Amino acid sequence: MKITQDEVLHIAKLSRLALSTEEVEMYQQDLSSILGYMDTLNSLDTRDVTATSHAVASAAFLREDTVTPSLPMEKVLRNAPDQDMDHFRVPPVIE
Amino acid sequence: MTPPPSLTAHLAALQSGESSSEQLVQQYLQTIEQNDDQLHIFNQVNPAALEEARQADHRRSLGEKLPLLGIPVAVKDNISTEGMRTTCSSRILENYDSIYDATVTSRLREAGAIIIGKTSMDEFAMGSSNQTAHKQKTRNPWDPSRVPGGSSGGSAAAVAAGCAPVALGSDTGGSIRQPAAFCGVVGLKPTYGSVSRYGLVAFASSLDQIGPLTNNVEDAATMLNVIAGHDSRDSTSVSFQKPDYTSFLGQDVSSLKIGLPREYFIEGMDPTIRQQVLESVEHLKAQGATVQDISLPHTDYAVATYYIIATAEASSNLARYDGVRYTQRTSEASDLTEMYVKSRSEGFGAEVKRRIMLGTYVLSSGYYDAYYRKAQKVRTLIARDFAQAFQQVDLIITPTTPTTAFVSGTKSNNPLDMYLEDIFTLSCNLAGIPGMSIPCGKDADGLPIGLQLYAPHFEEGTMLKAAAVLEKKIAFTP
Repeated sequence: MKITQDEVLHIAKLSRLALSTEEVEMYQQDLSSILGYMDTLNSLDTRDVTATSHAVASAAFLREDTVTPSLPMEKVLRNAPDQDMDHFRVPPVIE
Repeated sequence: MTPPPSLTAHLAALQSGESSSEQLVQQYLQTIEQNDDQLHIFNQVNPAALEEARQADHRRSLGEKLPLLGIPVAVKDNISTEGMRTTCSSRILENYDSIYDATVTSRLREAGAIIIGKTSMDEFAMGSSNQTAHKQKTRNPWDPSRVPGGSSGGSAAAVAAGCAPVALGSDTGGSIRQPAAFCGVVGLKPTYGSVSRYGLVAFASSLDQIGPLTNNVEDAATMLNVIAGHDSRDSTSVSFQKPDYTSFLGQDVSSLKIGLPREYFIEGMDPTIRQQVLESVEHLKAQGATVQDISLPHTDYAVATYYIIATAEASSNLARYDGVRYTQRTSEASDLTEMYVKSRSEGFGAEVKRRIMLGTYVLSSGYYDAYYRKAQKVRTLIARDFAQAFQQVDLIITPTTPTTAFVSGTKSNNPLDMYLEDIFTLSCNLAGIPGMSIPCGKDADGLPIGLQLYAPHFEEGTMLKAAAVLEKKIAFTP
């Protein structure tokens, strides 16, 4: 399994990460070797196997739909890097 | 070193008036002060700990009786604690102020415990050595040139170094049990769904579980009594009949059937570890337990399966750190996308980036079926191995790790080597079963060796009763 530099850059873009030239090289090697190792799963026949997303089988526990207080705005915004009038403020999306 | 005092001893001393919580907390704060420059265990010490101890003393004087009244507890820094930061040992959350208590934190406080501090960990719990922490790369108290294990390395080291009598960690693929083994303490990962994940910063949501790290088996049972139980704020929390976990201690083990999986006693592992684990099993045999070889045939596929599922879930969970809500934002960005990209690239360390990219890859168009879906199917096969094994035996015993604590820096060049470190611990998370590590001896360098117990879902009691017998018979002293 050999991952190309273009693939690394594509994955980085999907991950919203910017990589330096050295990082691209490092992750190209790492991802190639790790994904190569993961290919060992292909030796298993799983055609008739159902997928498991949660290991402990139990019906989802549903609670009564009752209204309870949410966190106060002061707390919610306490860690905001930038805020304005009870909102998180971000750089412009469209000019 | 003398064996550290148990929770039972501390509680008895508090109850008789022989010591106060203030004295107790003071004593632990001093130990932290003496050790932290060298061992780098804590990301933050609770500035209100002494004040809370005085309040606990007052409550006791009024006749209040709570299971942990006045007892200091160290908490891993990915568990939310109002009044303190929760940083996940990451630069991106370095200044994140907890705005609410995790359910386990509330349960500790309701039980009267005092959070003494937040312990260092691998960044976002991604690692097996504590070396991926942004700061505070924790050292092993047994030998500071070695790693404490990870990712709950700070919590394990805190208990081993006497900086806290008990601690909480989280375990996604061995992150409680492996550091417990490396630091010579007891570590227990409960059944998936038995302890609430509300307020635990998510790494891999279908695998993460909070559990205790302690000096002895009884303390682990006491801690589990406090933290386990259904929570309506966690949709994966299971409603189950919670036993008194301490009631299993001292129970007879003569009817126990124990399985030794041949895939866990492999060529190339440290022969001392194999020998010490097998000798320990003899103690249970001597009490009448029967021991048989079993097979968990898909063990070889666990590492690949785990790193596909865990990284896929991590890439999704860590998408929320984008510079909008959680403290850290790049100072140089002209538009929204650039702000996301720069904030994330500056805030995450190398291992976290590696796992986000792996997870993104295995979920990406064209690779989803080949990796993610395949791994979800192999996960079924691994869970089925355990279900079949538990039709023959009540308990499975294995070594916790293939080696004892390694020298810091020795595995950091090859990520795959580090991932293979978890080979004996991560099947447990994939199957959702409980697992526990207890110290069972030392190697030639005097470093602790961990013995691991596995039980069926919600059968923590079986592990605890066998572990209590082993603990009595094994002469393990710090």
